[in-house]
Amino acid sequence: MSRAVFDWERPLVELESRIAELQAFSQERGIDLSGEIATLEERAARLREETYRNLTAWQRVQIARHPGRPTALDYISLMMEDFMELHGDRAFRDDPAIVGGIGLLAGRPVTVIGTQKGRDTKENLARNFGLPHPEGYRKAMRLAEQAAKFHRPVITLVDIVGAYPGIEAEERGQGLTIAESIRTFSLLPTPVICAITGEAGSGGALAIGVGDRILMMEYAWHSVISPEGCASILWKDARQAAAAAEALRLTAAECLKLGVVDEVLPEPLGGAHRDPRTAASTLKQALVRALSDLDGIPVETLVQQRLERYRRDRSAGWQRHSSEAGL
Amino acid sequence: MAGQQRPSDRGFFNNLFSRPKYVTVHPRRVNSQTPPSGAGEAEPARTQPPLPGTPTGLETSAPVRLPLTPAREVPDGLWVKCGACGQILYTKDLAKNLYVCYRCQAHLHIPARDRCQQLLDHGLEEEFAAELTGSDPLQFPGYREKLEQAQEKTGLREAALIGRGHLDGLPVALGVLDFSFMGGSMGWAVGEKISCLFDRARELRLPVILFSAGGGGARMQEGVVSLMQMATTTQAVARFSQAGLLYISVLTDPTMGGVYASFASLGDILLAEPGARIGFTGPRVIEQTIRQKLPPGFQTAEFVLKNGMIDAIVDRREMKETLARLLRFHMRPAQRGDQVVQGSV
Ligand SMILES: [Zn+2]
Repeated sequence: MSRAVFDWERPLVELESRIAELQAFSQERGIDLSGEIATLEERAARLREETYRNLTAWQRVQIARHPGRPTALDYISLMMEDFMELHGDRAFRDDPAIVGGIGLLAGRPVTVIGTQKGRDTKENLARNFGLPHPEGYRKAMRLAEQAAKFHRPVITLVDIVGAYPGIEAEERGQGLTIAESIRTFSLLPTPVICAITGEAGSGGALAIGVGDRILMMEYAWHSVISPEGCASILWKDARQAAAAAEALRLTAAECLKLGVVDEVLPEPLGGAHRDPRTAASTLKQALVRALSDLDGIPVETLVQQRLERYRRDRSAGWQRHSSEAGL
Repeated sequence: MAGQQRPSDRGFFNNLFSRPKYVTVHPRRVNSQTPPSGAGEAEPARTQPPLPGTPTGLETSAPVRLPLTPAREVPDGLWVKCGACGQILYTKDLAKNLYVCYRCQAHLHIPARDRCQQLLDHGLEEEFAAELTGSDPLQFPGYREKLEQAQEKTGLREAALIGRGHLDGLPVALGVLDFSFMGGSMGWAVGEKISCLFDRARELRLPVILFSAGGGGARMQEGVVSLMQMATTTQAVARFSQAGLLYISVLTDPTMGGVYASFASLGDILLAEPGARIGFTGPRVIEQTIRQKLPPGFQTAEFVLKNGMIDAIVDRREMKETLARLLRFHMRPAQRGDQVVQGSV
């Protein structure tokens, strides 16, 4: 597993590796070090709590971007019994930054669409860092409509800092395509469940982030812009990203409070990358639960409820939020 | 429309095949020493690369994004300088020319109320959701002060003005984003107003004409709440559209980001004013990402027309008659006598 380490968790990670070394050493030599190891483990547990229980918004953003964080294809392979990827937008090309296909989740056929980041530089170049072009969103719309035709629910896995900012993307109508994608998912006559697994920034995320249920992983972030983008535009200084992350209220807990997401899914302490299997199992359970909640609702009612929810419940959420603050 | 100067040399197909003669401009005040305080929108000012053969006046000083003060509030004798050609213009003449520079034909920013006056026979006969005003859902540092400053400066409560009136005798619902109010950016209040425009128009069975000028798109200080407005406005347009009613979206300078990537793109007909900046990602961000200079004319109305993203470019001084023509195309023969525009059913 990729173990990039943040400065603020270094003491913990060093302690953890010392414990591992001691364990290996004691096994190798047959020396009983259980006393020392137990003491160190106690210390590690305490340190783990201290390190991860009171993370700042910016630290959470960093965890959401951890190179070892499970990607859409990781979750798909960990959660689903079977999956076949389907390619292409039928108009221009196949966008590798968005993956999609049909598979079985707890025995049930579903369409899954997700943004796909790479693990290393080579993969990231191939995947364009998970930043879609318009054809990626067109592929997403195509697969969503195909799912609706066959009464399959749609699951989207969102992990994207934003739509690709490039010349060709603009030429091919990035903004217009995102608008169309938001409209398509808003009106889609089949259940749509969105899971924000990592980053969810700007319209590029919202394009596949509108649905009946919005789930969000504990260390994921969701906002109109990345903290760096916000800092460099508002304060002309990208180094103030930490302050911007705080001001934007982009953490899962804040998004839940604002009524933007419906459920926050707990992650293994320190982030999904520390235990992808557990993270995937939590996500799978939540998806299965959400799917069964939506079972049996006639599609007209489903779409009606989806639209009403965006308008009423959510705006009530942020009005409440600002009135609590005495505004 | 008497008393207006017309562009003298319009080419075929909105000049698609001739060298573009319009550039996007940022008018500035001549006598103002303090820079305007309209910052806060997601895309900062950009100096547009001057088009060949077009005197822009931008080479010498940075453009300032400040719309001209509405003509009625300007005392006699105030002159302004066109941000595009650098010529000194008499404010009264400029207002009479619908804020199109009478020297270089650049379409300067026009205040929302002037836009309504210009398009509607009797102005806004009813303003919808007039009381709706912005809140500060995230308690974002400095945001409330910025909102108050913008309200004071523009006399508007928010960046959107919506209502109904008559256009060439035809009843319409009209929405206008005002660039001078925090760059026309969309937070909760603007999103709610846009949604309200489409909801009311659906109830009243009126066509919607909407002028977008949302410089930075979604308003950053409202974070994910402003992002959600992309969903709510898109959904309001979708429901309106399902009722078979007509929506004409006019993209004016600048229509970017979350405004472009939601309701502004979803018109049955998409028009743009000459030279308007239209796109999703701001040019500065693109340049930083791809590390190269953008080609001249990138993300202009002419650029998106060429790429097939809009239906036509319309000069502001021909906007009213163009809209009237389009509205009449959507009337059933039986309705023409009643002067009621509905969707083709
Ligand atoms: Zn001029």
